[in-house]
Amino acid sequence: MRPFTHLRPDTAGDAVATVAADPDAVFLAGGTNLVDHLKLGVATPGTLVDVTGLTSTAVEDLPDGGLRVGAGVRNSDLAGDPRVRRAYPALAAALLAGASGQLRNMATTGGNLLQRTRCAYFQDVTTPCNKRVPGQGCAARDGWTRYHAILGAAQDSAGLQHCVAAHPSDMAVPMLAFDAVVRLTGPDGDRAVPITEFYRLPGDDPSRDTVLRRGELITAVDLPPSPIAARSTYRKVRDRASYAFALVSVAAAVAVEDGTVTDARVAFGGVAHGPWRATRAEDVLRGAPATDDTYRAAADAELADAAPLDTDVGGNAFKVPLLRGTLTSTLRTLVEGAA
Amino acid sequence: MDATITLTVDGRERTLTVDTRTTVLDALREHLDVTSPKKGCDHGQCGSCTVLLDGRRALPCLALAVAHDGADVTTADGLATDGELHPVARAFLDADAYQCGYCTPGQVCSAAAVLAEAGEGWPSAVTPDLDAERVTLDRSEIAERMSGNLCRCGAYANIVDAVASVAGTDGGAR
Repeated sequence: MRPFTHLRPDTAGDAVATVAADPDAVFLAGGTNLVDHLKLGVATPGTLVDVTGLTSTAVEDLPDGGLRVGAGVRNSDLAGDPRVRRAYPALAAALLAGASGQLRNMATTGGNLLQRTRCAYFQDVTTPCNKRVPGQGCAARDGWTRYHAILGAAQDSAGLQHCVAAHPSDMAVPMLAFDAVVRLTGPDGDRAVPITEFYRLPGDDPSRDTVLRRGELITAVDLPPSPIAARSTYRKVRDRASYAFALVSVAAAVAVEDGTVTDARVAFGGVAHGPWRATRAEDVLRGAPATDDTYRAAADAELADAAPLDTDVGGNAFKVPLLRGTLTSTLRTLVEGAA
Repeated sequence: MDATITLTVDGRERTLTVDTRTTVLDALREHLDVTSPKKGCDHGQCGSCTVLLDGRRALPCLALAVAHDGADVTTADGLATDGELHPVARAFLDADAYQCGYCTPGQVCSAAAVLAEAGEGWPSAVTPDLDAERVTLDRSEIAERMSGNLCRCGAYANIVDAVASVAGTDGGAR
């Protein structure tokens, strides 16, 4: 591991100024992903700027009825918050589906959003990876892609920008469904970015996961008031019952009146470079009868552009029917629970 | 690059100088000769190093010592009081909840924390009603909440029995 300096500035402003001025510096929060990357050689910073204690650790009520989640709020505290459990149950469920009790006690809200892909090749510095080293190539291209993207991936014949990594966060999936807003402070001041615009597709620069600029620090995530979110759920499908990343996951909220879907929110995890908002599925659902046929049609609309990978070691075409079935059963369960 | 830090380990204040790259786990084991927490994967995937960090279960293999200057660490050893085993440790003995024992200190710390978290009313991924104020630690709840602690001997059935006995539930049918 490369030697590094550990700094503990007094204010978030000082932390931002330090990281903005030093391309070799990174923020450290809960450390559950970054410390692993230091060990693996995936991250080789010269300076760690510790932001523990510099951002809020509180979940506050907003005047409009929403919630402001401080970036320093631990995943376990957010999942345990009675307001989150009542008003945004899919968010509590997603948090509880992630990692383990030990890790949820360490991981922060800001860090969860910024965790990197668990693509085995990204994490293995002996294999080429365009996300780790732009232009190096992609070992996942012909490799083991069970946990990789089927939507929005960058697939190019030369392989120089190819990136099929999937974002691993569970928490971010319902946050996307509920139109959360990511609050940032940076060298040029504060700004708020809708989470729908926060994550990037790999495009021609897979190295960048988000639209964060150099030195910008997440200070909070705002959850807007959302009556529909009170009837929401999160379904995660994985290779073992617990303590594993998603093969596919679904965050969904639905409102039904007289057998007709009047409104819906749907987002997917485990299938794209970021959490994936299923707007096409939502469009099919709104105004349609609350039946399995509708749910399957919604899934088909969203998955029409799916581009699963076909490799010598299995590929991930199974994710298309798996996600279709998961969305259908999740919506059915939600609607039956409401009846 | 060295840093001097203080940790309170099992009730005893310890000051030590470590390279900034040192994890809390290595500070405990290699610098302070506190070998109760075991190094398994060293990547946050197995739970064998689990300790209580400032009162909550955490993985010291992913915690940098310099980032935890002033922290309070309780290992499985430190759960004992006045020479008496912690009720969870006693239950692991009574239920034969281990084979080789390597994961046991982490399991015991985790189980002690599970009881505290359930006491706070925290739900888990298998809790049917997320909004419920009380949690009953049945077998599925215990298995889910302990899922961050792997046991390669496969003593899980007896581990669940041990935790259930301390939780005051029979854990239901096996």
